[in-house]
Amino acid sequence: MTLTVSNLTVHHGAICAVNQVSLTVPAGKLAAIIGSNGAGKTTLLRTLSGLKHPTQGEISWNGENIVGTKPEMLVRRGISHVGEGKSVVPELTVKENLELGAIWRRNNQESKESIENVVSIFPRLGERINQRSDTLSGGERQMLAIGRAIMSKPQLLLLDEPSLGLAPLVVEQIFQTIRDLTNSMNLTVLLVEQNAMGALKIADLGIVLNLGSVAVAGSASALIDDPAVRSAYLGY
Amino acid sequence: MHKKQSRDLLLFILGGVVLYFLSGMVDELRVYQGASIAVYVIAISSIILLTGYSGQVSLGHGALMAVGAYAAAVARIELQAPIILCFVIAVLAAAIGGALLGAAAARLSGPYLAGTTLALAIGLPSLANQFSVLGGEQGLLFDVGFPPLSLGEEFTQYKWFFWIAALAALISMWAVKNILSSRYGRTWRAIRGNEVAAQLSGINIARSKILAFTISAGIAGLAGALLSMTIGTVSPSAFPLALSFSLLTGAVLSGITTLGGAMIGAVVLVAIPEVADAVANRIGSSERVTTNLPGFLVSALLILTVLFVPNGPVEQHRARKAKKKNYLS
Amino acid sequence: MDFLNTLLIGITAGSIYSLMAISMVLVWRSTRVVNFAQAGMALLSTYFGFEAVTKLGSFWIALPVAMLGGALVAALVEMILIRLLVKHSSSGPIAGVAPIIATLGLLGVIRASASMIWGGQDVRIVGPVSNDGFTINGTTLVFSPLKLLILVTVLVLMLILSLVFQKTNIGLALRASAYSPEIARLSGIKVDWVRTLGWALAGAAGAVAGMFQTVNGNGTLSPDSIEFSLLLVSGFIAAVIGGLDSLIGAVIGGLVLGLMISFVLMYISSGLFFIAPFVILLLVLFIRPQGIFGAKAARRA
Repeated sequence: MTLTVSNLTVHHGAICAVNQVSLTVPAGKLAAIIGSNGAGKTTLLRTLSGLKHPTQGEISWNGENIVGTKPEMLVRRGISHVGEGKSVVPELTVKENLELGAIWRRNNQESKESIENVVSIFPRLGERINQRSDTLSGGERQMLAIGRAIMSKPQLLLLDEPSLGLAPLVVEQIFQTIRDLTNSMNLTVLLVEQNAMGALKIADLGIVLNLGSVAVAGSASALIDDPAVRSAYLGY
Repeated sequence: MHKKQSRDLLLFILGGVVLYFLSGMVDELRVYQGASIAVYVIAISSIILLTGYSGQVSLGHGALMAVGAYAAAVARIELQAPIILCFVIAVLAAAIGGALLGAAAARLSGPYLAGTTLALAIGLPSLANQFSVLGGEQGLLFDVGFPPLSLGEEFTQYKWFFWIAALAALISMWAVKNILSSRYGRTWRAIRGNEVAAQLSGINIARSKILAFTISAGIAGLAGALLSMTIGTVSPSAFPLALSFSLLTGAVLSGITTLGGAMIGAVVLVAIPEVADAVANRIGSSERVTTNLPGFLVSALLILTVLFVPNGPVEQHRARKAKKKNYLS
Repeated sequence: MDFLNTLLIGITAGSIYSLMAISMVLVWRSTRVVNFAQAGMALLSTYFGFEAVTKLGSFWIALPVAMLGGALVAALVEMILIRLLVKHSSSGPIAGVAPIIATLGLLGVIRASASMIWGGQDVRIVGPVSNDGFTINGTTLVFSPLKLLILVTVLVLMLILSLVFQKTNIGLALRASAYSPEIARLSGIKVDWVRTLGWALAGAAGAVAGMFQTVNGNGTLSPDSIEFSLLLVSGFIAAVIGGLDSLIGAVIGGLVLGLMISFVLMYISSGLFFIAPFVILLLVLFIRPQGIFGAKAARRA
């Protein structure tokens, strides 16, 4: 299950947010997209999950072009997107948020089993299963958002800044979980991050976006050692 | 600016002269319709000022027109006030009502404001039944008197109505135009565009909104008094909810931000009953179709305009022309 | 005895307003539109109910017919009018007022059409049970078997609705789509259809309100009747009292409004029929602008 993006261009009105981006994430790999504010990371991710329409270019998933497919249909094809800023429904309970992730399967038994699976990954969610999700801490909410995404048993997981606004210790924990999930569920993961160092450390591949275009791409370890990347994004 | 203003003034005077000659050339029914158009132009311009410029919706302008009409009639009957003073009183009374409503409105937005004014439009006219001085269901007579003899024997009552209404329309259009191009007009547009930004640039939002409501209500009050002049009476049934809807339709048809379009909306509103009559006659339909066809057409037109020409025909044309120009250059 | 009568009349009328408010809330939650045509749609459904009563002879068959008709009309309105509206008029100076204007236009179209089809006839729906008051210890109350039946039916419907919302996947989809449409879509929910469903449920609730409002009055039905003007205003006001976003709020808002109107008419003046709801609305908006159950100060711009 390979994700291939070729010559993707996306506009916000007259502004070009993503410009001729091409990239490939091989099956089972974790790719980190790093870059500064306004580099087009979020726009790229939203286009991949169908929330935004590209001006031109192709997105190939599993050998099929998925441009123009609605997000609710892409979920059925194994693509799960965790939006920026703890993407949970605050008015619903933890359990309901999790159920949401599997709702399209219309199979309550399977949904129950998936919830048990998520709770075994994030025991904290199990403790708070009947609480409204706006009573959770930031880290718990991020766990819930990821939990909701894996409820739908995805093959491709799109994560938008999971570390945003979390304490350093929690960030480390979340990153480790993402790495573990990639291995245990054999996921293909695209991780958008401002926390470049943390993301590159767990990633297989790294892609640097600058002003909507791919500036550098390569293996994550090579990027960490690249002096230009170091000075621009890693800060040393 | 000064030059433009004097040019506008000249245009308005010219318009008045044209209307003067026109009124001499057509029959009584057309003169009466001309008076109705003038009344609608005034009422629609009050909506354009409020909704198109300050971004507030009112479904209660029918009720504010009623306030103006009752004030004028009471002044005429109880105080025997001269007719021009009656109109001034109508403006003031409705403006006071508008200021009160505006104070409430400034706290509300969008659908809440619409619903509140809707409740007012339904509630207020029926209140007239509660006070004997307002004449109950029968209402009050409102008689502006015969045209002055100096205008000649031939000069009919309807022509007199038309003159008064047309003059009032010209004056109020001129006034509204000046208000809209003044500091206040710009302030309102700023608020409509982005309330937070307007507030940060030091605009007192509440005060500006209340002012818009007050001025708009005053103009509506004038329209109400003129409307009851042409009917001859003031009664709750003259200001139904349908009137408020018609005004909104007229304003949307005119292009909610184009004052100059008010004429279009007014002509359409007056023409609709005639068109409906013609249609009903042709298809030979029953009485209940004939009586309800105008209401149906007004509402259907309202929906179609919002869907397909949301910014009005004038604005649409302007946008298309601008696009063409861009394309060519 | 006056007090008890006023209380019971208020609760019965209030339960009908609650249903109307529920239908306003359902629409608001689905598409963020305050539907001023809701009472018009209820009116149309009630005419469907009237046709069914006339042809089939039973109120209890007519009620589901009216609900189904109401649901269909509402679903069509959402699919045609509201979707077009979102597509064409979501920018420019008209954007903020376009939904208001469009639903008002719809109200006008429905009223005029209903008058063309059914106007001038003696349209009458007779309730399933008597509207003559119960007699206790020789005094006759205004509260009647019919009013009791209305109360019970409304209560049962609300119970069913809340079970659907809390316990089923459809309910979860409805809630998620209302609160966070984007997350709902990313979870695989076809939000467009859920919106249509929300409107359809609202149409059905409005139909019941319309049927009961008619039989609870004098049984006659007309587009210009006071009953329907009152339904138009009170559905909105009850929803605002409750906070537009909350179904429980809508129920309580309806009851509060029904009781307040009932007491004002009884103890102050019966002439305040239309102005009382307006004053109550203003009071609510001034004292607690976000409604009893509303969380955010959404009604300020």
